[in-house]
Amino acid sequence: MLTALLDNVALQIMLVGALVGIASTLVGTFLVLRGTSMLSDAIGHSIVFGIVIVWLITHQQSGPVQILGAALAGVLTVFLTELLVSTRRVKKDAAIGLVFPVLFSIGVLLLNLYARDVHIDTHTVLLGEIGFVWLDTVTLGGYRVPRSLLSMGAMTLLNGAFVVLFYKELKLATFDEALARALGLAPGLLFYGLLLLTSGTAVAAFDAVGAVLFVAFVIVPASTAFLLTDRLWLMFLYGIAVSIASSVSGYAVAVAWNVSIGGMMAVMTGVFLMLAFLAGPRYGLVAQLLRRRGQRRHNEIRTLAVHLYNHEGGPEQGEENVIRALGEHLRWDAAKAAQVVQRSSDQRLVVREGEALRLTSQGREMAREIFDPSGRRSS
Amino acid sequence: MSVVELLSDYTIQNVVAGAALLGLVSGVLGSFAVLRQQSLLGDTMSHAALPGVCLGFIIAGTRDIGSILLGALATGALAALVMLLLTRMSRLKTDAGLGITLSVFFAMGVVLLTHIQGMNNASQGGLDAFLFGQAAATLRSDLWIMGGITAVALALVAALWKEFKLVSFDPEFATSLGMPVAWLEVLLTVMVALAVVVGLQMVGVVLMAAMIIAPAVAARQWSRRLEDMVLLAALIGVVSGIFGALLSALSRGLATGPLIILSVSSVVLVSMTLAPERGFLWEAFRRMRARHRLRHQQVLTTLYRLAAHHADPIYRTEQGMLDTYHGLRTRAVLRQLERRGLAEWRDTPPDEPGPPRRWVLTPAGITEAERVLESLGRENA
Amino acid sequence: MSTTLHEPDLALHVEDLTVSYHSKPVLWDIDFDVPPGVMAAIIGPNGAGKSTLIKSVLGLVPAVAGHVTLHGRPYKAQRRRVGYVPQRSSVDWDFPTTALDVVTMGLYGRLGWLRRPGRRERDEAMAALELVGMADFARRQISQLSGGQQQRVFLARALVQKADVYFLDEPMAGVDATTERAIVDILRRLRDEGKTVIVVHHDLQTVRSYFDWLLILNVRVIAQGPVAEVYTADHLRQAYGGQIALLDQDTFLSEEAAAEAAVRAG
Repeated sequence: MLTALLDNVALQIMLVGALVGIASTLVGTFLVLRGTSMLSDAIGHSIVFGIVIVWLITHQQSGPVQILGAALAGVLTVFLTELLVSTRRVKKDAAIGLVFPVLFSIGVLLLNLYARDVHIDTHTVLLGEIGFVWLDTVTLGGYRVPRSLLSMGAMTLLNGAFVVLFYKELKLATFDEALARALGLAPGLLFYGLLLLTSGTAVAAFDAVGAVLFVAFVIVPASTAFLLTDRLWLMFLYGIAVSIASSVSGYAVAVAWNVSIGGMMAVMTGVFLMLAFLAGPRYGLVAQLLRRRGQRRHNEIRTLAVHLYNHEGGPEQGEENVIRALGEHLRWDAAKAAQVVQRSSDQRLVVREGEALRLTSQGREMAREIFDPSGRRSS
Repeated sequence: MSVVELLSDYTIQNVVAGAALLGLVSGVLGSFAVLRQQSLLGDTMSHAALPGVCLGFIIAGTRDIGSILLGALATGALAALVMLLLTRMSRLKTDAGLGITLSVFFAMGVVLLTHIQGMNNASQGGLDAFLFGQAAATLRSDLWIMGGITAVALALVAALWKEFKLVSFDPEFATSLGMPVAWLEVLLTVMVALAVVVGLQMVGVVLMAAMIIAPAVAARQWSRRLEDMVLLAALIGVVSGIFGALLSALSRGLATGPLIILSVSSVVLVSMTLAPERGFLWEAFRRMRARHRLRHQQVLTTLYRLAAHHADPIYRTEQGMLDTYHGLRTRAVLRQLERRGLAEWRDTPPDEPGPPRRWVLTPAGITEAERVLESLGRENA
Repeated sequence: MSTTLHEPDLALHVEDLTVSYHSKPVLWDIDFDVPPGVMAAIIGPNGAGKSTLIKSVLGLVPAVAGHVTLHGRPYKAQRRRVGYVPQRSSVDWDFPTTALDVVTMGLYGRLGWLRRPGRRERDEAMAALELVGMADFARRQISQLSGGQQQRVFLARALVQKADVYFLDEPMAGVDATTERAIVDILRRLRDEGKTVIVVHHDLQTVRSYFDWLLILNVRVIAQGPVAEVYTADHLRQAYGGQIALLDQDTFLSEEAAAEAAVRAG
């Protein structure tokens, strides 16, 4: 089976794509929940700086030390961003947008200067070459294993272990940072750990998808999951499912159309997001619009009930509790007024007597509920 | 090569002019983006311009700058609207909306880019240079287009100046005045796409974020009014654009975009350190002076309170007692008060026990202490 | 909208107004009238919809049902006769602008498209700043002003609107005593000139001394009318429910504290 996998280029590419997605989603879920998604954008760009520096020092592009070294550039970005924010001269979003271009620029200039030594061209920096991952292999136990598969597999395991080990701490630090701090959980440290892993994942995924597409794998599957569920563990499950589905379908479409595989995989994450955005069961657009329409209709009926209740038995009853008043006072047009009256009488809340409108005891009860949900008031 | 020689070079003239235009338009529009806390929208819109570049190329069939920029403008603006839709109509927060739009639009651009490469069209060469910009390839005709876009953007800002200003500061009040706030906000947002389009050629899609943010942030440190900020941001943008472009020309081989970004980012750093009122140095200096003044006032009022407590305007206070009371050595402060003529170091009458010399307030010191106490009382009221 | 006047004798006439945020109603069937030349307070517990009521009147929040007239005409036709002071916290005070600039913004509606504020506008703004005692701070960057000073600048911005009806959203929240006195003095002067002043207020203790007209609100109208008639324990209890016990205690405590302070001062 292993031989079959290692002989099958398509399978290898899809597997690398899926692992990029899974490893990224494991950290991305927390970034999305904390409202710091754009840090992945900053990290993705600034590890270019890290990779170049590490190359200049070690003349190696892959390997655990190289990944860690380059990943530190990502952490540096976040640190510098927070430093800028702490001066209160710059808002957080502006600080992010100030720091990463500087590091990225330095990275690109170093590439310019040492282009002959560094075997990265600026094109790959941004786009990656997932289609060629099978070309770069290492021999492991007699098998020729793609380097990316190894490094992505390792990052996936590492991120998985981090999330499993610190699951409840991360959960608490994400949803109630103050409480986490009070309990001595050092949410700041946890967060930096998370960002170090994010940076490491970015470095490992760099050859496959480059700096910018990486952002899609971090944010989009996790956001899709966020649109589908409220439970954290389900978010991970959905996010991973979206990652795998995007990798497989992205590969298929890319091969069929002869376009960038990594790009198509990232586009597919966007397609799944749009599906969740439109048709998600609870937070989807359609579900929301339907629910809002139901609520609006219900509220119109309640508005009518409250209006009648307020003027019931008062001196102005003859003027207020009539069909005409819905136009003159509530400013509803005739069609809407007729609809609301119709629905209210269907639900036996209001009785129409010629021009006059009268609440039934049910309708009166409803209005009273609105004003006094606990039933404290006796009047 | 001297600067004069540089400037007579045709290519370099174009690059410098293009960089200046970019600095001008992004400084002006970036000021509004930063103040409206939409700094990263520029980043999203510039990445999202990539599919537009490709679409423009596919539709025109050639590397026609006009249709490419039009495409970039269209997808950049579309991305901003998609981002608004995602965040307004779902539970996704702004950061996720920005990141999703940025990365997915960019991915579409990558797909289209490879599609074009697959078409084997000879004229597609250098299309992916829009990733990092290709300042050196700027033509005179490109400049006319960039200049036109800049002129449109500046004209809009000038015509709608007070509306943009009020909408950026207090949209609620603007609505109460009857301004079409939603439209003005959409316009301000979409106009950032104009800056992006100008920047495509010079710095590319990846580094545009900094071009939008940096001149505005730097200018903010020096200015008290939006008018000053926008003018200064434009100036900083132009100067660092030109500086970066010249540096790139001198170095022969270093990319123009990154050099422009590093120049403008250096201006940010300098501004945040040195600018009066908001600079770090000034703040440190102010804080030190305030601490100094507070110490003086504290010691002075202590002397005054002791005198009042003993109903003796020339009450003599022991140095040691002041040290204990304030928990620190007050001698230096007292010496300074003495130099200002507010306190005196007088001999203790021989019949009294204790140290031979003590501190007494002068009449001027009493007046000053009363003034301090009164102003403190006013602040607390 | 019709051109005939509807309830022209009232400065503000709100009829059967229902407002909902995200399809959850926050104001139910509000009927609310304010005669001209009074200083009216809108009070109620947190979440009672006080700010929403003002915002809905000004068209900042859409209404589900009901309508509003100002001096007999809908708001859109009367915009020039209205002055508005939003909550201070609704803007970013780190915006690069000066006190004088902010006040000038009150004149933007009158200026119309394409026209810039000139010398005349600056003079008017300066006069308004003088009225609120902030003339010395005209060129000051707004981030350097204290909370009370910022509030006065906002008030000055409404003053230049030369309106007939003023709406103020919690103008006394978080300001120092001097500013509060200054604001009340200015509002009284406006009322004495025949203008109508409508204030969202949070401090029950000062309602009786500052205002002459009162609306007690809690999602619906609890009571409205002259303060002397409306400010009763029964109405407050209806609006504030259990919280009123705390309020009573608060009043009591602070009176005691005041007495103590008086003794000490004497």
